[in-house]
Amino acid sequence: MPGAREEMMGRLRAALGDVPPEETPLDVAVTRDYDRALDMPVSDRLAMFAERVAEYRATVHRVAGPSELADALGEACERHGVRSLVVAVGVPEDWRPAGVDVLDDSALTHAELDAADGVLTGCAAGIALTGTIALESGPLSGRRAISLLPDLHLCVIEAEQVLGTVSELFERVTPGLPVTLISGPSATSDIELNRVEGVHGPRRLEVFLLD
Amino acid sequence: MSRTERLGFPAAAREALADTQLRRNIGKATQTIRAKRAAVVEELDDWEELREAGRAIKERTLRHLPAYLEQLEASVTAAGGRVHWARDGAEANAIVAGIAEAHDSREIIKVKSLASDEIKFNEAMAARGISAWETDLAELIIQLGDDEQSHILVPAIHRNRAEIRELFQRTLAAEGEQVTDEPAALAELARKHLRRKFLSVPVGVSGANFCVAETGTICVVESEGNGRMCTTLPRVLVTIAGIEKVLPTWGDLEVFLALLPRSSTGERMNPYTSLWSGVTEGDGPEEFHLVLLDNGRSDVLADDFARQTLNCIRCSACLNVCPVYERTGGHAYESVYPGPIGAILTPQLVGLDEAGTLPYASSLCGACYEVCPVKIDIPSVLVHLRGKVVAKKREKRLDPEVAALKTAAFAFSTRGRYERAQKLSRGQKVLGRGRGSVPPPLSAWTGARDLPEVPTQTFREWWRGRANGHGGG
Repeated sequence: MPGAREEMMGRLRAALGDVPPEETPLDVAVTRDYDRALDMPVSDRLAMFAERVAEYRATVHRVAGPSELADALGEACERHGVRSLVVAVGVPEDWRPAGVDVLDDSALTHAELDAADGVLTGCAAGIALTGTIALESGPLSGRRAISLLPDLHLCVIEAEQVLGTVSELFERVTPGLPVTLISGPSATSDIELNRVEGVHGPRRLEVFLLD
Repeated sequence: MSRTERLGFPAAAREALADTQLRRNIGKATQTIRAKRAAVVEELDDWEELREAGRAIKERTLRHLPAYLEQLEASVTAAGGRVHWARDGAEANAIVAGIAEAHDSREIIKVKSLASDEIKFNEAMAARGISAWETDLAELIIQLGDDEQSHILVPAIHRNRAEIRELFQRTLAAEGEQVTDEPAALAELARKHLRRKFLSVPVGVSGANFCVAETGTICVVESEGNGRMCTTLPRVLVTIAGIEKVLPTWGDLEVFLALLPRSSTGERMNPYTSLWSGVTEGDGPEEFHLVLLDNGRSDVLADDFARQTLNCIRCSACLNVCPVYERTGGHAYESVYPGPIGAILTPQLVGLDEAGTLPYASSLCGACYEVCPVKIDIPSVLVHLRGKVVAKKREKRLDPEVAALKTAAFAFSTRGRYERAQKLSRGQKVLGRGRGSVPPPLSAWTGARDLPEVPTQTFREWWRGRANGHGGG
């Protein structure tokens, strides 16, 4: 559509006739007096994270060390009857639970992901204030489709990854890469405001916090 | 979405007020969400600071919109996407249909998007033989029932579960399948129906909550996961974004992701927020298009007072606190943008000739301004637009309201006239008309309002009397 861009730009410039030509964007003051970090001890921050993730009706497990992680993940798989588990390529060997069919995500098709019972990923960070986990496209979080199509998402987060606020998250993740913020399982309140977990995304989310 | 001619708010509201189910459902929804919002806003000490930052970022953006749009175009292009410019809805629809046709697709999967509703996207696609599938549960209910949205956030809130059960039984259930009215069962049916679409349709269409000029990042917030599906699984993704959705920097997102979910659903954070920039090899769509939509927005921008209307981030907090919306529901506003924000946005987008009654759909109580996360002074914009409506009428004919305002201007212009007018107004009683009414044509005003009683003494009279030693008051 040649001309649309020029015409729109012309209209916008004409509409802003009241803005002095010498004004720059930074001349319009933005005061950022809000809190960009949480002022609390680490143990409180971790407790807040665990509590707030759970408030979305996700399950939170606090795991004492890496040696216990594979067992905790294995128990979760058993509880949910998971036989096939998709695993992001960068997930460490020693996290992988025994007793399930592990599908390494080299290039699984959408149909294969849809047929899998669950998925195991790490993450980029967590946010205590909002009870959020952040996935960033890459080896540990995987590509976006793998944490979307299987019905159960097992997500491991290490204590040092738990941040206080959204502001801290945006300092940590790489702009440009796909990022997905997850706060509890898929949900809707569209029918008479009754909350239903799981419409299209994973119906169950279990978070393993590695202390 | 079958409305073609506007009734005007008073007539449309009369229809809505007669619908008791609509009123009950809207009342329950607004009260529930209002309480949830209040609780999560209360727990933040820095809410006012966040609101002020949100307002200021929007002001900065709007005053320099051409530069930010150019920057956004460059960033999206650098990230492997393509940017299109659409002066109006027809142009935007033609661009998207052209993209679908170029990929030989007769189907599109769609994330709930107010911009697409505004430009009647689904009808435009249907006219070109393309089926656009709504994937948000409420939007699916609206689409299957050939119905209209009644709330920004929960568009099908006017429907109860029995009606939805009947609709799904008729449209989605397999032969012989019996559908129950349990919300979970209904959601499951929608899940199964749409999963097939998610896995097969090659073109996805979304709106945008925010577009970051600095990085070319698009941000979509949602709850169900249909947004993630539509923006991740198809080979081709098209985002239709109003030009006011741009934010200057990546860091600015921190303010809006704190403001939006708490104001909208009353959650600390919505279940899913998707952020992407152009295309990423090995992850998600292979082709990305961003359609930048004007469709009346540059006209809104041209009014330097009403410009703040474009701050709106579509949270719907103003709907939930509005005493007028709570009683009439969304349909009375005859627009995809209902409630207080609709009352100021719609007339500016479509023109005062089309929607000149909407600026009057308010009691000016100010609750909308108090909750607005980007501090749009909706009551003042309403009054400003009423002034424009009156000015327009003045151009056309001598209207009673215009005459009244002209008389007032004459009476207030000198002290003598003002004092004589005050004395005259006391004559109202002497004339025996009593309290609460005035003669025609001004009786149109008192038909819906009580006229305040005229005091026996004016302030000036009292003041003069006081100086003479018999003040009384």
